Amino acid sequence: MEKDRQVKLQIDKVSLSFGGVSALVDVSLDIRDKEILAIIGPNGAGKTALLNCINGFYKPQKGEIYYEGQKITRMRPDKLARLGIARTFQNIELYTHLSTQDNLMAARHVLMEHNFIAGALYLGWAQKEEIEHRQVVEEIIDFLEIAPIRKRIVGLLPYGMRKRVELARALALGPKVLLLDEPMAGMNLEEKEDIARFIIDVFEGQGASYPDTPVLRDGIRSIILVEHDMGVVMDIADRIIVLDFGRKIAEGTPAEISSNPEVIKAYLGKEK
Amino acid sequence: MGSHFGAVQESYAQDLAIFRTKLHWGALFAFLLFLFTCPLFFSDRMLTIMTMIGIAVISVHGLNILTGYCGQISIGHAGFMAVGGYASAILCAKLGFPFWIALPCGALTAGIAGLIFGLPSLKIKGFYLIMATIAAQFIIIWTIIQLRSITGGPDGLSVPKPAIGSIVLSSKANYFYLVMAFTCLATLLAKNIVRTRTGRAFIAIRDNDLAAEVMGISLWSYKLQAFFIGCVYAGVAGSLLIHYYSFASIDQFPFMDSVWYLGMLIVGGMGSTTGAIMGAVALRLLDELITMVGPILSAAVAPQAAASLALISHGLIIIIFLIFEPRGLHHRWEMIKAYFRLWPFSHEE
Repeated sequence: MEKDRQVKLQIDKVSLSFGGVSALVDVSLDIRDKEILAIIGPNGAGKTALLNCINGFYKPQKGEIYYEGQKITRMRPDKLARLGIARTFQNIELYTHLSTQDNLMAARHVLMEHNFIAGALYLGWAQKEEIEHRQVVEEIIDFLEIAPIRKRIVGLLPYGMRKRVELARALALGPKVLLLDEPMAGMNLEEKEDIARFIIDVFEGQGASYPDTPVLRDGIRSIILVEHDMGVVMDIADRIIVLDFGRKIAEGTPAEISSNPEVIKAYLGKEK
Repeated sequence: MGSHFGAVQESYAQDLAIFRTKLHWGALFAFLLFLFTCPLFFSDRMLTIMTMIGIAVISVHGLNILTGYCGQISIGHAGFMAVGGYASAILCAKLGFPFWIALPCGALTAGIAGLIFGLPSLKIKGFYLIMATIAAQFIIIWTIIQLRSITGGPDGLSVPKPAIGSIVLSSKANYFYLVMAFTCLATLLAKNIVRTRTGRAFIAIRDNDLAAEVMGISLWSYKLQAFFIGCVYAGVAGSLLIHYYSFASIDQFPFMDSVWYLGMLIVGGMGSTTGAIMGAVALRLLDELITMVGPILSAAVAPQAAASLALISHGLIIIIFLIFEPRGLHHRWEMIKAYFRLWPFSHEE
């Protein structure tokens, strides 16, 4: 039954090495429509390297990556963003001197069209577009409950809030595939629960609550989640992929993964 | 909703506007009225100073977009002014173009020169890009000297008095109006660019070029756009400068000016349209102050110091700002405004 779902993103025998160090070795995996896929593994297993390959930071030496059947292996990151792949970063990478609202507006870039000449003249086209996209940004701000920090400079926000703004910025891009690189790292339990709830809400879509904002109304139907917190991963992922030393060592449902002896050895520790 | 305390925006258009309150509009009209009546009560010397300030403001707006907003540090801005100035001078003097066509052509030429010298920014950044832009300054001046048959080389080039239609801008007052009109327009356009899509892309590249690319901003396209816009501004400023003197000379575009434009940006505050104006005005006024008190001071202390007084004081001011107010006059101004917004209850919730 699972195989029937359309494959969104296909990674086909990707290998990546830096000099003599292999970061990824022959990694193959599919991300299908309507699933949250978690990638787990010990530090240095190649999780972030894999995300970096998907959104064009790293050019893998071998293998191909396909997005909806289209080869995207060596495409520039900004082109991939236009195709509908958005991500958040392990170490927050926001535009530190802009306000929350402007960070989100900056992410609407690919969906806006006016050039610097229209922008310079402002009245007319540019103003209309600015207002249109500001409305979408406000919906996302409302959804992620960050209205109080709307006009605050993000560089001065506390860590948890910046993490949330980064998620908001990824949503503002209106993506079809969302890559989340440790969205809960360094958070306390309460903050983790908030983010987990937001991820599920984003995945499921909010329907009539946000009728004018497609990304919130319909949800993002393919999410890749790189995360260390096993509790969270087991709870919200549909499928889990385990990497160790750049190799895929297991793949399956949370139940299968938690009972897989190889995974327990590599990741959870031998005692269990 | 009834009445509000403070400024409350009720629509996105209102929230996005530059002039939001009656006070803003009042200040704008008072300022425009002041500019308009300046020639009535100011001497020619004072008008010259203000004209030069206006030209500097236009130039620094360009550098602010390139360096302050997009983060591509350039120490070749006077060179790009020279391209614009010479292009429009040649069109006027050799080909008989009218001033109002030559000026935009000059600006465009400077913009294209900016695109060419902006190409290294696609591969290099920071310190290495600074070196490349310094090279641009020297290459441009060298080229102007070599193309003696067109540019007049080191001898310079005489340009006819600018005229718009039948009005010859021969008086200081006329030219003052022209420059102020350009300055106000340049300020408005610069502000609009930086608060819309393109400006946010510039800031994204400045603050985090990796994230900007992942969020769909084409680095090469927007870096080159920043160079183009910044250098078009330089071209307009260069043209206005040359037509003011009715003479084009490489001495009008020295390397040190490129450094001082960056200094104006530091003093005013990078990445702020208001800051660009404040910095240009502050350093130009400092110049005038030194010209006035310099001779008195040097006669009293050391006669041989008179020549270098301007250099020393400029350098000193920039160092002082870098240490005590690296975010410039603009930031200081924001702090003062914030203080009075809360006054007399000086605490934030």
